[in-house]
Amino acid sequence: MTSATATQTPTTGATAAKAGRRPLTAGRVVLYVFVTLTALVWLFPVVWAVLSSFRDYNYTSVHGYASLGGFTIQNYVHAWEQGEFTRHFLNSLIITVPAVLLTLFLASCVAFVVARYSFRFNLILLGLFTAANLLPQQALLIPLFRAYRSIPLPLWMSDSGQLLDSYWGLILVNVAFQTGFCTFVLSNYMKALPHEMYEAARVDGASVPVQFFRITLPLCRPALAALATLQVTWIYNEFYWATVLMQSGDKFPITSSLSNLRGQFFTDYNLLSAGSILVAIPVLIVFFLLQKQFVAGLTLGSTKG
Amino acid sequence: MSDLPTVPAAPAEPAAPSRRSGGRVRVSGTDRIFLAVMVIIPTVLVVAWVWLPAIASVILSFARWSGVGGLDTIQWIGTENYKNVFTNYPPFAPALRHNVLWLLFLFVLPTLFGIFLAVLLDRELRGTRFYQTAFFLPVVLSLALIGFIWQLIYSRDQGLLNAVLHTQIDWYGDSKWNLWAVLVAAGWKHAGYIMLLYLAGLKGVDPSLREAAAVDGASQVRTFFSVVLPVMRPINIIVIVVTVIESLRAFDIVWVINKGTNGLELIGTLVTSNVVGEASRIGFGSALATIMLAISLVFIVIFLSTVMRGERR
Repeated sequence: MTSATATQTPTTGATAAKAGRRPLTAGRVVLYVFVTLTALVWLFPVVWAVLSSFRDYNYTSVHGYASLGGFTIQNYVHAWEQGEFTRHFLNSLIITVPAVLLTLFLASCVAFVVARYSFRFNLILLGLFTAANLLPQQALLIPLFRAYRSIPLPLWMSDSGQLLDSYWGLILVNVAFQTGFCTFVLSNYMKALPHEMYEAARVDGASVPVQFFRITLPLCRPALAALATLQVTWIYNEFYWATVLMQSGDKFPITSSLSNLRGQFFTDYNLLSAGSILVAIPVLIVFFLLQKQFVAGLTLGSTKG
Repeated sequence: MSDLPTVPAAPAEPAAPSRRSGGRVRVSGTDRIFLAVMVIIPTVLVVAWVWLPAIASVILSFARWSGVGGLDTIQWIGTENYKNVFTNYPPFAPALRHNVLWLLFLFVLPTLFGIFLAVLLDRELRGTRFYQTAFFLPVVLSLALIGFIWQLIYSRDQGLLNAVLHTQIDWYGDSKWNLWAVLVAAGWKHAGYIMLLYLAGLKGVDPSLREAAAVDGASQVRTFFSVVLPVMRPINIIVIVVTVIESLRAFDIVWVINKGTNGLELIGTLVTSNVVGEASRIGFGSALATIMLAISLVFIVIFLSTVMRGERR
């Protein structure tokens, strides 16, 4: 915090802020320079990975990275093939989409009941769900792993014949973990919905399903969109459960297949960076297109009005 | 998102959601079933997948079991596993130390820096969007991927850091350096995360508070510490809890590097290696898991009591 002094502009903040544009004082110049430099430092690792990914390994190993030339897109082609990206991306899709949909649906259900009806277990229920999201996964690993090994699944559901090493097992554990966070956010959101709509609905004799599907869910669209963005990112990025609950390499979603890729790409760092960028593309799309949604989802949980 | 129409938690009503505190409204039979199903299915899932395993971890920590046979092959051995963890298990002390170091580092550098950045960005800078985007970028990346991306900087032969420093250090491999190298990479993400949380909180601070302080002639730094910071108490607690939980759960980045060995031992990796590895030591691993559980529950309770304070009215 050495540059704390840089933040001290001579103007009194509030009045200048009201004026809209602040005068460019020496303090503010220092502030701009500091923030800009920090931002560039922050972007650097990703920019560096992007740059390396387009360089030919034979070229950079001779001329070094501080050189021009040897630009190629071959790294991406090779990384895609050697890393079997088609399969792993498909696995990520198979796991992420149902997990996110199920999480949002179940969380909406609990949140609806907690938000609209008062009963004795309201707080306990909310605590039960929210806390589940914060527990360290490792604390549950042992019994869950053992149970997954002894729960049989028919072969059409899982070619391993058990919950371990199956997409079902991974989807369910992700749903169980993420439902807590979404319930918490959605219940706060639903509590803030206008009461009059429900009063009117009740006068019209609308049943609970109608109130839930026709009134609540449509009104929660902004919150659901934000949470969906956040959950897609989180479940796509999920590493732990996939690493321990999947056994056969060809079922790993892309994020947890990284450990395997490391061995294959170890000698060629340009290939490694191409692989990394490929893995990052889906979340980078989220980042650039849905940034507002993502931030909203993240902060809905921490700032509840 | 203000807490306008909070449903008052009517005390001691029958467990069925039959009445509201205002006008007494009857919920019909089918509606009641529908509401019950809406709660029960998700609850069963969360209890069966999260809470029962957590309880089972505690129970199994008093057992010796290879996990191969049925439940009747479990031997109950009291607190022996815990004794072994503390006295007879060399990786435990370094792992605990690394977790604590992880927490202290995240807190002292990335967390405070993230807060600092949020305060700076809250000052109507032009181009805030660009700055926010830059700090926010690592937040969407998984820590496993971050481990990969920083390998390009840390690698011994082709890494940028050695090229710049003219050194020959294997930053991920050398146990003298690797924890710090990993912490910098993890902190890169954490600072952005905290910045986002804090910035959202700062935007919610009533501007008239600051104006009043400014009228009273308080400096900006003074205003922040004696006016803004106290108002931000809930966010401060959330930030602390998030930092603690993240430090305790740390796993992905060290696992992709070397599965948590050679200077990168963490409690989370020890638990995992004891179960997934060759020799599965269920009781012993459960004792480690229970220690994690106990630490995390303390902070989860703090978290819940903070965020749910508003619900009790």
